[in-house]
Amino acid sequence: MGKIIMEHGSGGRATGELIREIFESQFHSDVLSEMEDAAVVPGDGTIAMTTDSFVVTPLEFPGGDIGRLCICGTVNDLCMRGAVPKYITCGFILEEGADIDTLRRIVKSMAETADEAGVKIVAGDTKVIEGNGGIYINTAGVGFVPKGVDIKAKNAEDDDVIIVSGNVGDHHATVLSQRMGIKNTIVSDNAPLQEMVGKLIESKIPVHVLRDVTRGGLATVLKELALASGLRFDLFEEKLPVDPQVQSFCGLLGLDPLYMGNEGKLVAIVPKDYAVQALEVIRSCKYGENACMVGAVNIPEDETEEGALIMKTEIGGRRFLDILQGEGLPRIC
Amino acid sequence: MEIVELVDFLKNYDGRKIRLMEVCGSHTHAIAKHGIRDLLSPQIELLSGPGCPVCVTPTAYIDKLIELSLEPNTTVATFGDLLRVPGSKESLNEAKGRGGSVEMVYSPMDVLSLAQDHPDRKYVFAAVGFETTAPVYTLLLDNAIARGLDNIRILTALKTMPGAISFLCDNGAQIDGFIAPGHVSAVTGADYFNDLAAKYQIPFAVSGFGSKELVIAIYGLVQMVINKDNTVKNYYTSVVDSGQNDIIEKQLAKYFRPADVVWRGMGIIPGSGLLLKEEFARFDAGSDGLDEDNKRNKACRCGEILMGKAKPHDCPLFGKVCTPMTPEGACMVSEEGSCFNAYLVK
Repeated sequence: MGKIIMEHGSGGRATGELIREIFESQFHSDVLSEMEDAAVVPGDGTIAMTTDSFVVTPLEFPGGDIGRLCICGTVNDLCMRGAVPKYITCGFILEEGADIDTLRRIVKSMAETADEAGVKIVAGDTKVIEGNGGIYINTAGVGFVPKGVDIKAKNAEDDDVIIVSGNVGDHHATVLSQRMGIKNTIVSDNAPLQEMVGKLIESKIPVHVLRDVTRGGLATVLKELALASGLRFDLFEEKLPVDPQVQSFCGLLGLDPLYMGNEGKLVAIVPKDYAVQALEVIRSCKYGENACMVGAVNIPEDETEEGALIMKTEIGGRRFLDILQGEGLPRIC
Repeated sequence: MEIVELVDFLKNYDGRKIRLMEVCGSHTHAIAKHGIRDLLSPQIELLSGPGCPVCVTPTAYIDKLIELSLEPNTTVATFGDLLRVPGSKESLNEAKGRGGSVEMVYSPMDVLSLAQDHPDRKYVFAAVGFETTAPVYTLLLDNAIARGLDNIRILTALKTMPGAISFLCDNGAQIDGFIAPGHVSAVTGADYFNDLAAKYQIPFAVSGFGSKELVIAIYGLVQMVINKDNTVKNYYTSVVDSGQNDIIEKQLAKYFRPADVVWRGMGIIPGSGLLLKEEFARFDAGSDGLDEDNKRNKACRCGEILMGKAKPHDCPLFGKVCTPMTPEGACMVSEEGSCFNAYLVK
């Protein structure tokens, strides 16, 4: 089919063909196929809603693509409040010149990831703008929060433990390697986390906080959580799971894995008594085999420790960590 | 001796106060990253000297980059940490916000493909750094010449270490020993510091960047201070030789000549910088004479902090007006800056 042209955004025949051949044929969604102005879907209870836009370069990378990314990102945001993700909408902004075969692969990847995550794509929109062949996607999601689940950033308590569900920095290192043309076998961790969160909740573990570790990396996420609770978060350097290849890659470029983004990792903060159980549950899941207990939540000893994130370094020193300053790497998700 | 014994000594040292200075931004960062200050007795003080390339760049240089970024068909390419450094009025990031063309890259070599893909655009790379980074810019120029690319320029703010160390010693900085920069030494060799050690009767310890390497070098340096052993010792032998790296020195000599340049907060230091030689002037975006150094906030004490005469906490702006989110001086911008690192510990 070639390239996207302005006519594909006209609302006329070309738009209809694009929707039928690229989107409808992949998404197999009865609600979507009704082609109504709005999706009407069943559901009741406490609703979780979120939205996210995806602007990654390159569009396809080892371990994923913008399609998988845009489903995982929204699914994971819903999961982090303990919700069961259910419905997704997607809006495409296509630049003139975008490759239609690439778009087809991206849409296929979205459909497959949605299946894996157990969500239904129920509404969509396409716009075409002048440009250089870029593809941007916005997704919004709806999920339902089971009764009794209350997971939020400020819920961390004294004596909780901090678990991270796997190696940090993989996605960031993958995208950066691609952009710089550096050859390695680092693969993005781009994955939906509904299985992990579902099992944690089913196991009746009183999870206090969940956060997905995206832009800004583990340090930024934990510092934000520390500030939200006002407690002191201790992190143990020797416990941090980092893939050796990512570690060397970071060493070479002067980057810090603590500040590098992931797209399929979460931080779980749970009471100490449930630490072992939570770790086992996470490790039993498809994307949790490298999960580690990396830190603990404590009452601050003085005011400098309120909301502080302090890493105990391997040699026995202390390193105060702050949120990421400056740009980091733009357009990784 | 085992590392734990060295740490034990450093932690319990109760002799006279010893002030050690590192003059390498990567050391400043590594010391903070490994929490090394926590391992030292209050009698051993670590000061961060003028070793962060971003921190020693004068405001005129930033202003010039901004001016270039606003010229038609011109893009300024730079490492990320320069984007937020305040010039006399604004930073590159702020200039970008009002239409300046600024691109962040991870390697100067990225400029080659940019320049090749957009032959009608001029690309100016912000060539900041010390003896360590300067050779990379010579490779950029080698490649630009080999590929016949005439739309690449560099704006240099290149500095060399000995001039700055002499300046500190001549101007009454009370320092008992220097942690010699590991990366610079890899290029120049450890002997590079021999003359300074002899002239100022002060010891130098060349150190690596790992936690153990730093502990070993600091222990060694403290011993040298105690024993008045005013020489240069190399504790980074896995990377650093005593003599210079001839290949790199040849590259530097091919493109650059020594020059008198300005260090932020310190003024002009004779022979402490590198400028492109006359025959390569066509690659220069106007680097000579960028001497003005007008800090945006007069109360900023970056200069004294770089010289070890004041600590970040002594500055009235520190942590109040000046934070990593709202930096007034360059020392608060870079991960290698002493104020940035001090802010984290508060």
